[in-house]
Amino acid sequence: MVAVDSRLRGNDKLDMCIKYKNVLSLKLNVNMPNPIIKIKNLSFAYQRENNILENVNLEVFSDDFLGIIGPNGGGKTTLLKIILGLLKPDKGSVFVFNKKPKEARNLIGYVPQFSEIDLDCPVSILDIVLMGILNRKKIFQKYNDEDFKLAKEALDFVDLQNLKDRQIGELSGGQRQRIYIARALIRKPKLLILDEPTASIDEKSEREFWELLQTINRNTAIIIVSHDIGVIFKNVNKIACLNKQLYCHGADEEITQDILDKTYKCDIELLGHGLPHRVLKKH
Amino acid sequence: MEILTYNFFQNALIIGILASIACGIIGPFVVAKRISFLSGSIAHSSFGGIGLAYFLGFNPLIGAAVFSILSALGIGIVSEKFKKNEDAVIGAMWSLGMAIGLVFIYLTPGYSADLFSYLFGNILMTGSADIILAIILNIVIVISVLAFYRWFTAIIFDKQFSEVINIAVFPIYLFLLCLVALTIVILIRIVGVILVIALLTLPAATAQTFNKSFRKIILWSILFGCLFTTAGIFLSYYLNLPSGPMIIFTAVFVYTGFLIIGKRSILRK
Repeated sequence: MVAVDSRLRGNDKLDMCIKYKNVLSLKLNVNMPNPIIKIKNLSFAYQRENNILENVNLEVFSDDFLGIIGPNGGGKTTLLKIILGLLKPDKGSVFVFNKKPKEARNLIGYVPQFSEIDLDCPVSILDIVLMGILNRKKIFQKYNDEDFKLAKEALDFVDLQNLKDRQIGELSGGQRQRIYIARALIRKPKLLILDEPTASIDEKSEREFWELLQTINRNTAIIIVSHDIGVIFKNVNKIACLNKQLYCHGADEEITQDILDKTYKCDIELLGHGLPHRVLKKH
Repeated sequence: MEILTYNFFQNALIIGILASIACGIIGPFVVAKRISFLSGSIAHSSFGGIGLAYFLGFNPLIGAAVFSILSALGIGIVSEKFKKNEDAVIGAMWSLGMAIGLVFIYLTPGYSADLFSYLFGNILMTGSADIILAIILNIVIVISVLAFYRWFTAIIFDKQFSEVINIAVFPIYLFLLCLVALTIVILIRIVGVILVIALLTLPAATAQTFNKSFRKIILWSILFGCLFTTAGIFLSYYLNLPSGPMIIFTAVFVYTGFLIIGKRSILRK
């Protein structure tokens, strides 16, 4: 059922894309909407001759909701880090909003993996949300009314205004995640990137979380990385399967058993909990 | 209380308070960033500077200041470059500084009587030059933290996010380490190279058991620092024991108390 759903949604999207394309080509005489991310023949290795990404090609458009799945160690986070300009590719080209990744950072909102964040740090929720626009401040320069207004908007959007004076460690997993989203959204990004955001939150929070992302996706492109395949299929409109190579992408392509097989073939034992099998059966 | 009229005792109390301000401001960042071990390494390598200053015949605290800044930058850069071996690298720098210091002291003719005080501190030997140096360093520390407060908290809370919004994470981190180095220079006079780390971290760690914002933790750390040093000085005088260890005893005793109380109140929840 799950997979059928996502395919239907995908086809709708494709129809819309085709219509959109036709309108554009009539008016502007272009063939394709311009991708916000263009990755060509990308390869990357942490250690020599041990590629973690190999010949990856990917295009992301401004209305995409892209899910990247794949086994642990398949290069998901590495790919995100390259898009964010935290790592440099060994081979190939990467353009984000037609710029080098580092120069495009002001258009990106980022929600890092939970493990990157120090929950004991004595900072308030409001402080954390304001960190999203810290780069706009000079030393000695204080946050002004405009900044606090932006923070309030972001907190209202994720419905956590009432917790603004609390410390991050006092919040539940689901609330924390929404704070990190608010911190990313205060930047008014054109692209939101989330790395494994559904780890350690309960089912209800997770449902609310995906609803929130759907709302954001109305005017922001989203890239989300997860190994929670079942949930991701229901919610995104594009899937990329990454295990060293990027095996598929695009709403027009069906996620076939073959593709999932290729993605997970070598790593089913590593995954251990048999998630890929469950997804395959649902096809 | 006749003791309070003595000049050396007044100096001791003044430097105790000055040191409490410095470590009350910087300590919370050290505790939150979990760089106690790294700070210990900076403190011990500054002993190299003390040795060098002895050898060349100028004020050992100036030597310590220069050396600790250099070793803060060195340790910061090297531990980042060799992230996988960070622990061992910090340990190596720790001993290297001590080794350099010992060689220079060996090479210096004559017996260095107050060398012991740089290792274990002797607050009762504080002179007015030490106080002036401490005031200058305090001014530098206060202004720096006022300027960079939000950047320090941002890189401590979430380094990766800070990097993605184009904050110069690593230079800011190195700057924080330099402030740690300056704080250590003030503390050396009081508790010495070997005991520095306790006075740098314990006031902040005690304050952190019942506070959840940097501002409050900083204020409480300064108060705890004043309490530890003052109580330690009086204990030292009345028990006729060295001041450094007395300060550390007080600090550890109070910290342990707050830890136990804190643990209990968590259990009750």
